[in-house]
Amino acid sequence: MNPREPLKRVLYIDLSKKSFWIDEREDLFERWLGGVGVAVQLFKEEASKNVDPLSPENPVIFSVGPLTSLYPLASKTIAIFKSPLTGNLGESHAGGRSAIALRLAGYGATVIKGASQLPVYLVIKEEEVEFRDASALWGVSNAITVGRILRETAPGQGVRTIMRIGKAGEKLVSYAAVMTETYRHFGRLGLGAVLGSKKVKGIIIYGKHTIPVEDKKKYREVYDRLYKLSVESDAMKRYHDIGTAMNILPLNYIGALPTRNLNSSRFEGAEEISGENIAEKKLARRIACAHCPVACIHIASIREPYPDEPYFYKTTFISYDHELIYSLGSMLGVKKIDNVLRLIDIVEAFGLDAISAGVSLAWATEAYKRGIVTINETLVELDWGNVENYIEAIKYIVEQPNHFYTTLAKGTREASKHYGGQEFALNFGGNEMPGYHTGYGAIIGYSIGSRHSHLDCAGYRVDQTIKEPPSPEEYVEMLIKEEEWRQVLTSLVICLFARTIYTVENVVDALKPLGYDCTEDELKKLGEEIYLEKQKLKIELGFNPRELKIPSRVFETSTPHGLLRRDYVEKALQHYAELIEYKINTSD
Amino acid sequence: MECFEKNMSTLVHEVKRLAVLDSERCVGCQLCMFACSRRFGEGGLAKSAILVRSVGGIEKGLTVIVCRACENPPCARVCPTDALGQRKHGGVIFDSSKCIGCGNCVRACDIGAVFWDDETNKPIICVHCGYCSRFCHYKVIGVEKIK
Repeated sequence: MNPREPLKRVLYIDLSKKSFWIDEREDLFERWLGGVGVAVQLFKEEASKNVDPLSPENPVIFSVGPLTSLYPLASKTIAIFKSPLTGNLGESHAGGRSAIALRLAGYGATVIKGASQLPVYLVIKEEEVEFRDASALWGVSNAITVGRILRETAPGQGVRTIMRIGKAGEKLVSYAAVMTETYRHFGRLGLGAVLGSKKVKGIIIYGKHTIPVEDKKKYREVYDRLYKLSVESDAMKRYHDIGTAMNILPLNYIGALPTRNLNSSRFEGAEEISGENIAEKKLARRIACAHCPVACIHIASIREPYPDEPYFYKTTFISYDHELIYSLGSMLGVKKIDNVLRLIDIVEAFGLDAISAGVSLAWATEAYKRGIVTINETLVELDWGNVENYIEAIKYIVEQPNHFYTTLAKGTREASKHYGGQEFALNFGGNEMPGYHTGYGAIIGYSIGSRHSHLDCAGYRVDQTIKEPPSPEEYVEMLIKEEEWRQVLTSLVICLFARTIYTVENVVDALKPLGYDCTEDELKKLGEEIYLEKQKLKIELGFNPRELKIPSRVFETSTPHGLLRRDYVEKALQHYAELIEYKINTSD
Repeated sequence: MECFEKNMSTLVHEVKRLAVLDSERCVGCQLCMFACSRRFGEGGLAKSAILVRSVGGIEKGLTVIVCRACENPPCARVCPTDALGQRKHGGVIFDSSKCIGCGNCVRACDIGAVFWDDETNKPIICVHCGYCSRFCHYKVIGVEKIK
């Protein structure tokens, strides 16, 4: 590693003592690259296995990698923590300016531990950390407003990140998110609640260091080639044109768009809430994460009249993506664009994970309609497409006025454990289902993926490219192989949308001018090792690969591959468990 | 890099400047900023003479801040050591060996286009080479001739 390379610097922040220090951890960055690889090790050093996710002892690690700020599309920050939603390993990724800011402040990672008595927000600069009083911000209900206030008080315009939690994080909703730059999120697995439990309202990071490069000429050559690939690739163009919302129509067409709590895989309102229709009628602006030329972030504007005065309007800008249109649109039977956008807006304002929030409401709606819970619990009538009541219910999830909402704020696994309806509580390993009911790859992937996310191993994508599924054993091995390679990408840290550009050959080329001499095989092996480290850590934290539960609803609603067979999935999961046990037993 | 500067200073009849063509097209990717630092073969943003930032929140749009090659540049007028000399047909040429790091130039530029290099304690001055515009996929910035 280049001796001038600041990546090795790890910033430790102790909120209880309001102190900080910097350690040089060349050992970790040389062995594990950065990103996920390093953050998992830092987490293992800091956390005990029985740590309560909402206690001061739960550490939060943010990390970036060697490619951050040096190459296009290396734009993500990794967060590792213990998840209050699943009670197991929490991993969440976000873009915005977060990665560049942390890297150029001169750090490869930061470890945040302890808890503050007073609400605080942190200002992280090149050599120091300020602990600022956030009492005046605590309780501000809209996370967008919090961003507005912090923008005015903090330095570093244009080269900073402003992470913050909303009221959902303060109220410890298990799937509260952390927002960064208003429109990007550490969405999944409840990082917002962990920061809320530490009384951290926001984190501002800024800096504009130089990052040294060993072979300058070669660096520019590789850069130019990767830049050209990223602006000329078809895949990237699609992310720019319609954005991830381009998925709604094709998924609906093939019958893979989860609708009304997955009672159906086709939605009659798909045309209306499709990416194409929103782009045509509502798209206001497209923006990018720092150092990404793709600009996949799509922002719609809606204009709502105030009822008390004519010609008096409120214009709201709302960022949308496939997952949000699924979870707050088709999953809740909401057919009008403006209504989907209004739900997205309120979820954003409270700082909730949109997928878990939507899927929780979908479960609650079905539970209500089946009479498992009554209006005494739900307080409002829940019905598909009833947006006004969904807005009320979202407020209740945050405020938790009764036992039902306190439980629903812990996700569908907890809620269905108390109230019943586990067979239609759509979660995998405790994390709510993403927006693809494409076949075996999706369901197996959600189950065995380290984060129980579609992005772990992209089974949903494989489902859409194969005609016939292979044997359950082969499918599992394919997905694990994909997840292993993704550990390299998320350690570098590359946006997963750019996975087709950062092939193993290109990654080797990109690392070389920086002074990293590694072969393709070494990188692949590293991916396998990081994957295994995560699986081991999950088991230490209480995860049992033999006890994965699949809600029976996924076998009752058709996919493009027909109705899925439970025995196929069970065989796959058994093979996964055996493989993991074998890998662990044969590793040192 | 050297060849860019040579082009700039010798071919006076074809003096060019970097221009912001339409900031409404900007997506905020900041590739221009990284390109500017990369001219020297380094990563990061310490050497960048261009800044893209939001105008009070990303939803309100973005602004691109870069030297506009003033004909009568205030930054040069306040330099006590003549480290900033006037470039023919607009803009300034920076002689780092004369600079004492007083920062007058930064304060004199009303559009905020004189940036500061904390690593050398000297200003960063746009040389209008146009390297950044090669990485602007959305045609926000470009090079135009000064007559």
